[in-house]
Amino acid sequence: MSWYIIKRLIQAVPLLLGVATVTFLIVHLAPGDPMDMFLENRNLRNIDPEVIELIRQKYGLDQPLHVQYVKWLGNLLQGDLGESFEHRRPVSALLAEAIPYTLQLTALALLLDALVGIALGIFSAVKQYSVLDKTVTIGSLIIYSLPSFWLALMLVLVFSVNLGWFPTSQTRSLDYEFLSWFEKLADLAWHLVLPVFVLGIASAAGTARYMRSRLLEVLNEEYVLAARARGLKERAVILKHALRNALIPIITIYGLSLPFLLGGAVIIETIFAWPGMGRLAVLAIQARDYPVILATTMIAAVLTVIGNLVADVTYALVDPRVSYEKKKPV
Amino acid sequence: MLLEVENLTSHFFLDEGVLRAVDGISFDVNEGETVALVGESGCGKTIVALSLLNLIPSPGRVVGGRIVFNGEDLLQMEAERLREIRGGGIGMIFQEPGAALNPVFTIGSQISEVLRLHRGLNRREAEAEAIRLLGETGIPEPEKRIKAYPFEFSGGMRQRAVIAIAISGRPRLLIADEPTTALDTTVQAEIVDLLRYLQAQHKMAILLITHDMGVVAEMAERVMVMYTGKIVEVAGVCELFREPKHPYTSGLLNSIPRLGAGRKEPLRGIPGAVPDFLDLPSGCTFHPRCPIGDESCISEFPSLRSISPERKCACYKVEAG
Repeated sequence: MSWYIIKRLIQAVPLLLGVATVTFLIVHLAPGDPMDMFLENRNLRNIDPEVIELIRQKYGLDQPLHVQYVKWLGNLLQGDLGESFEHRRPVSALLAEAIPYTLQLTALALLLDALVGIALGIFSAVKQYSVLDKTVTIGSLIIYSLPSFWLALMLVLVFSVNLGWFPTSQTRSLDYEFLSWFEKLADLAWHLVLPVFVLGIASAAGTARYMRSRLLEVLNEEYVLAARARGLKERAVILKHALRNALIPIITIYGLSLPFLLGGAVIIETIFAWPGMGRLAVLAIQARDYPVILATTMIAAVLTVIGNLVADVTYALVDPRVSYEKKKPV
Repeated sequence: MLLEVENLTSHFFLDEGVLRAVDGISFDVNEGETVALVGESGCGKTIVALSLLNLIPSPGRVVGGRIVFNGEDLLQMEAERLREIRGGGIGMIFQEPGAALNPVFTIGSQISEVLRLHRGLNRREAEAEAIRLLGETGIPEPEKRIKAYPFEFSGGMRQRAVIAIAISGRPRLLIADEPTTALDTTVQAEIVDLLRYLQAQHKMAILLITHDMGVVAEMAERVMVMYTGKIVEVAGVCELFREPKHPYTSGLLNSIPRLGAGRKEPLRGIPGAVPDFLDLPSGCTFHPRCPIGDESCISEFPSLRSISPERKCACYKVEAG
């Protein structure tokens, strides 16, 4: 197994290089460079062109594309992500601040997705065609179809603006520093409710539908009938024999949803002013902040590769028929 | 009497109509006896087996009759008691041994599960007993093999494992639904031997469901012949092979290819095919395929009547005596 993981990681290197190159090209070919955006955003249009040229030289923006590329890639390989034009701080420091916020959000959303999605999927399949099943099937279709930004805005409108139950945005209250540790925790949780809900519920809807169809498929298998013929309780038949088989492909979905949750976080973080990776990326794109854009894209690419690898490795752990080693038959 | 089935009726409620898969059949199985239920594919044999455990998949269900096992009616009892009988009083072997085993659990854990449920063994006792049972069903090195998964077993070994699970609850009746059909000929013979050995050891009755007349001759004492959800002939195995009474039984026996018959002699099957259950012929459902049937057969299905002390037949053309 460890050989398999090493092999996969080596295979990921050219893939990540490709992502790096394509992203670099797209970002640099897009109209406007960091200088233009910097001046635009600050209304400094009338500044002396010679000064602008000097700043361009300082950041190496005057050099041909391939020189910039080699320089950037060389630094990247040494673990140096560069310095943000916009924030004038090392990109690694910006990421170190943003990542914990995004992880908070996506990990909780993933948890919500798994708990709600799998549970509803099971109920739905076991009570096929019941009122509950129909509610889940139709409800999940509606939720899955709603754009997350619209859902987020509606929830903010209803629960924050009209009812005042939850904050509209931010990660903590203004008086956070003066709260006791328990109140701090409650304050953080209070701010997390809406963004986690929006982020998790749409993927939970997808999970529920997938879980339902997988479990229905498995319940028709002969080993389920055989388990019943052995006198097992219905609970054991479904929660042990059927569920274990139905969950195997769900694991792949989870591995692949790792970058999806980060992608979804771009929109949700922007709406809720959540200082995570997604918001960092959006602001960086608006400012043409090349080093930050490239760093966030590379992280998303690495996460996709890792998510795939984790899915494949877990697959082998939960399904005895899947093995990445050459084993002697019993 | 171990099992008494009376007027068992199982229907499937389909959009196109009601499919009468088992249409009022009655039979007995005595303690320790082997009874075969034979017939072409699609005549309702497997549904009889599943009816006996009240396990017919939706949209089907048992709609009438009595299934008295050991003095208790399975169709009237509480769910809890029925679960004790499934796997405990009645064991079942399936046609496709690969499909009857859960692919993600080890063979050992699937046997232990039944042992802990029906015999109240603890984890360690169950494992020891699982090893013993695998050994008893002829799997070499059972102490290693209990850790194997079904996909690591050959077809014959899987069927042995399925048999080990089926007998682990010490059933008094074993339902064997086509136990040899999916296996190689040599493995078939081994499984037949194994079933006979286990039957003698454990004094179980066996209800053998098959379309393989060779297996019937090897194992059964009595034979019931089924056609379109009804039993059409019951006889001792020797009498049946020597002198089949019902024209359908004769047809089944005639369609077995004989060694030494010569290449010139054509294979004789039964003309036509098993009719559509939703559109059965009137009267005796066999009459369109029957060599001796005439107009007298098309009004009503003949009842299964005794034609001699040990034989029953449902045919207008067969005389008693």
